[in-house]
Parts: sequence; C-alpha cells; structure tokens
Amino acid sequence: MSVQEIVFSLLAVVALGSGLLVVTTRQIVHAALWLVVSFGALAGMYLVLTAEFVAWVQVLIYVGAIVVLLLFGIMLTRAPVGVSADLDSANRLPALAVAVASAGVLTTIMVNGFHSAKFSLKPGAGSAEALGASVFRQWVLPFEVLSVLLLAALVGAIVLSKGDDTSNDAKKYALGGEG
Amino acid sequence: MHATYPVVVSALLFSIGVYGVLARRNAILVLMAAELMLNAVNLNLVTFDVLWQDRLHGGQVLTLFTIVIAAAEVGLGLAIILLLFRNRQNIDIDRQDALSEGNQ
Repeated sequence: MSVQEIVFSLLAVVALGSGLLVVTTRQIVHAALWLVVSFGALAGMYLVLTAEFVAWVQVLIYVGAIVVLLLFGIMLTRAPVGVSADLDSANRLPALAVAVASAGVLTTIMVNGFHSAKFSLKPGAGSAEALGASVFRQWVLPFEVLSVLLLAALVGAIVLSKGDDTSNDAKKYALGGEG
Repeated sequence: MHATYPVVVSALLFSIGVYGVLARRNAILVLMAAELMLNAVNLNLVTFDVLWQDRLHGGQVLTLFTIVIAAAEVGLGLAIILLLFRNRQNIDIDRQDALSEGNQ
C-alpha cells in the first residue's frame, strides 16, 4: 500500500462510518451533523485524488450551504430535538436487504472490472486554473444552461413557499374576480 | 494508486444512501440519504477523470455541475417539505396517504 492509499482508506473509513450514522442515528439533528463529517472526509478524498477545486467546492457548497439548508428545514418543521423512536419506517429489514444486495453486486462488479487499473497522481491536474479553462472553453454551454436551471429552481422554490392565501388570491384574480 | 479503492468506497456509500432512502420515515432524512448517493456518484466521476487522464476534465466539471444540481434539488425539496408540513402538520412519508387536502 502506498501512502496515498493509506490516507485514502482512512478517509474512506471516516466517510462510510459517518454515512452509516447518518442513516441510523435516532436524533435528527445529529444526522445533519454526521453528514458534515461525511462530506468533509469526501472532500479529503477529492484532495488525495488531486481534485483540489472540486474539494473546495464540496466544502463550500455541501458543508456550507446544503447542510445549513437542511438544518433550517429541521428547525422549521419543528422536529424533535432529543431522541425520537419513530424516525425509521416499518420496512427497515427489506431496506437492509436491498442495500446489502446492491452493495454486494456493485462491489463485485467494480472489483472485477477494475482490479488491475492503476493510476499515478500528478498534483495540479484538478487546480482551479485547469478546471476554469475547461469550464469556460469546452463546457461553457452546459454551464449557461445550468445557470438557467438554478434560476428556475429558485423561482419554483419561491412560488412553492409563498403560501395558501396568496395562491387563493391569485386564483381569484385569474378568474377575473372581484378582488 | 489502485483504482479499486475509490470505486469500492463509492459503491458502499451509494448502498448506505439506498438504505437511508428506503428505511427512513422523516422526509428530511430521506433528502440527506439522497445527498449521500449523489456524493457517491461524484466520487466515481472524479476517480474516472483522474484514472483516464481526461484532458477536457469532463469528470470533474460534471462533478461541479452535479453539486450545483444537488443544491437546487435540496432547495426545491425543502420548499416542498415545508409546504407539506404547513398543510399536514407532519412530514412522515408513511403517513402521506391522502391525495387531497381536508379529508385526512
């Protein structure tokens, strides 16, 4: 085992362990916080794989934005703060069977397909400079389409969270109503 | 570095996400498990980008796009969950068995 493989394996243990805690913990706030640990270990794995820019974007967007958004969701739905017993549904055992089966199939396929594949890691291949040049030369059209998608999602989220009263008013106005 | 390490980690992380999506009852926890699955896919994309020395960096750029789409998905998903909570006073997926409001 090379040093890179050892560091990667340690980070993988952290990411998988905290991922398991996310799906098994009995406190909903703890699940969000374990998600931070899992995403942080994944960012470390991206760093080992020389994908620096992706690692920092992972830290900024996943840890910084998405987990905060999830915590806001937990707060606004008045989730219980302490231990709650009913976070798992009744189909835990079938879910476990499906997960174990998919893990077995995927791992077997991956090990069979890539047991002889090796690569050498050169620093700088995933730097912001290289990725920026790539995004704004080859992938600039998907980038622009993505910005339109973000705008659409933002408008959709605003429309959804505007509430019932306003939508009833809007219906009244749309029917040419009295006001 | 051997390519089996990242692809196996990604497969296991994806399976953890599958378990979470199927076994959890709270809608926000289901969203979190879906995020785990998306991250497993991202790890695969970065791995194959590095493995095949992609000169266009397609894998890493697609990873960035996936992260942005995940952010949009969480924003919309939370808006839907908040609407559900406002109408039904609970976000348990098992208990959403009425198609219309009012007659629960």
